[in-house]
Amino acid sequence: MNTFANMIDRAGGVFVLPVAIAIVAFFLIGAPSSWLTLTVAGLSMGLMIFLMASGLSLVFGLMDVLNFGHSAFVSFGAFVAASVLAWLGGWLGADSIILNSLALIAALAAAIVFGAAGGWFFERVIVKPVYKDHLRQILITMGALIVAEQLILATWGGTPVNVPRPHFLEGAIILGGSSLEVYRLFAFVVGALVYAGLYYLLNKTRIGLLIRAGVENREMVEALGFKIDRLFIGVFMLGSALAALGGAMWAGYETLITPALGAEMMVIVFIVVIIGGLGSIQGTLLGAIVVALMQNYVGYLSPKLALASNMILMMAILLWRPYGLAPAVK
Amino acid sequence: MTLLSIKNMDVSIGQYSVLHGVTFDVPEGGVFVLLGRNGAGKTTTLRSIIGLWDRPPGSVTFRGEDVSSLHTSDIARKGIAFVPENMGIFGGLTVAENMVLATASGKFDQARLTRVYELFPALEQFWDKQAWSLSGGQKQMLAVARAIIEPRDLILIDEPTKGLAPSIIHAMGEAFREISQTTTILLVEQNFAFAKSLGRDMAVIDDGRVVHTGTMAEFAADTALQDRLLSLSVEGA
Repeated sequence: MNTFANMIDRAGGVFVLPVAIAIVAFFLIGAPSSWLTLTVAGLSMGLMIFLMASGLSLVFGLMDVLNFGHSAFVSFGAFVAASVLAWLGGWLGADSIILNSLALIAALAAAIVFGAAGGWFFERVIVKPVYKDHLRQILITMGALIVAEQLILATWGGTPVNVPRPHFLEGAIILGGSSLEVYRLFAFVVGALVYAGLYYLLNKTRIGLLIRAGVENREMVEALGFKIDRLFIGVFMLGSALAALGGAMWAGYETLITPALGAEMMVIVFIVVIIGGLGSIQGTLLGAIVVALMQNYVGYLSPKLALASNMILMMAILLWRPYGLAPAVK
Repeated sequence: MTLLSIKNMDVSIGQYSVLHGVTFDVPEGGVFVLLGRNGAGKTTTLRSIIGLWDRPPGSVTFRGEDVSSLHTSDIARKGIAFVPENMGIFGGLTVAENMVLATASGKFDQARLTRVYELFPALEQFWDKQAWSLSGGQKQMLAVARAIIEPRDLILIDEPTKGLAPSIIHAMGEAFREISQTTTILLVEQNFAFAKSLGRDMAVIDDGRVVHTGTMAEFAADTALQDRLLSLSVEGA
């Protein structure tokens, strides 16, 4: 058993898991073109889920806050982006890649700003009074989620909202007989850039060092002379902004959104955070990719098992590694 | 001259009253030892001084300034370092990252870093290793090194010899002796032989109350008093 574990560690440890899943799927699917399409779809979906889940993982890890209202930021991000895109419909419809891009950037930026501002309000007004009390955190953040969903209903109505895409993100690229959607490739690039940015922030800056230390031992960070409350607010705002960005990207992926979007995504986001390991950005990315690949492959091979596959995956991983694939050291 | 003065400190944790009117003064310079049985309230006293319990009644005065209502980070910035019983090492960070976090500016004073290397050569050897991979003794060295990498007036150290090998305890004792030449140490310790070898002044805490204060030399000479106040917790006296 130890020899097998050592062999896995030498091969890259838990980070080879997505590769192993992809290899097994390749033989089960049989058709390389279908496999490539599903793999690219899984990777792009994984990176969009990563955007939504990374903030929750950091907030959970650093602040020990169970924020069931996190999905409200996903929903708001989606609807704010959809509204900005609709408002800038002229730019989207123009035969200019610059105007198309500006509309897209404005929509994503609006979602991020709204998410950060909403995160600041949420932390100060709703979460701060219930630090260190998990039961009240669950109750009050669930309540806030319900209020947020009703606000979305009151603002945008209950009917599904269409999300227009820029022209240059429509269509697909044919590669070796596989059809690769341009939007999915774009989502993959955005997710990868955000991951690189977060990796840099956490590993190459003093703020990142404080966040990583705070995830492990908040008291000791304070005893070294740092006010962790300020760090909490910053991380909460960052997490909420990332969730809103994830929601905005997902809205462009689905092209039709409802107020229930956040709540629907929350199940998968929690699975990702638990599988990946709390407080770890690398773990969250790994969890998101594993979950998304699994969902795509199983959805193709046995559609009825698609949702159950992630529950089974979570149980299997927690039996193997009870703290998740790559948790932050506590 | 008194560096730290604690007066009538009461602390309750949940429904349990842990400290009852704890009062003692720590003079500037040397090692002040706080002795006591398991559960007597020694750790709670240290955590209260650094502000890790919510504003306990009573006062904590540091260099004449009341710091009892300050936030932990502000107390630390007054020049008080804390080395907790569990060492408080950030295992996922490297030794270097642990050390740099303890500096106010993010940069090392080369002279102080050299002094750390002289006191704890193992830290230089494992500088880029993740802290979780260090041995217990090396982690304790890192915890103490973090406390001295910046100029401090007072270091609170909670049971640093717990679970360490005798050779490491000896090395730690030598390091504390050297550090106490320039920085006051408030040491909580159950290993009486270790405490006796370092302490200049001392207090005994029992059931949340200070039951004795005086010099270590007098206390070490009075075995009857030791037996009465420390009983079974005296090790290697």
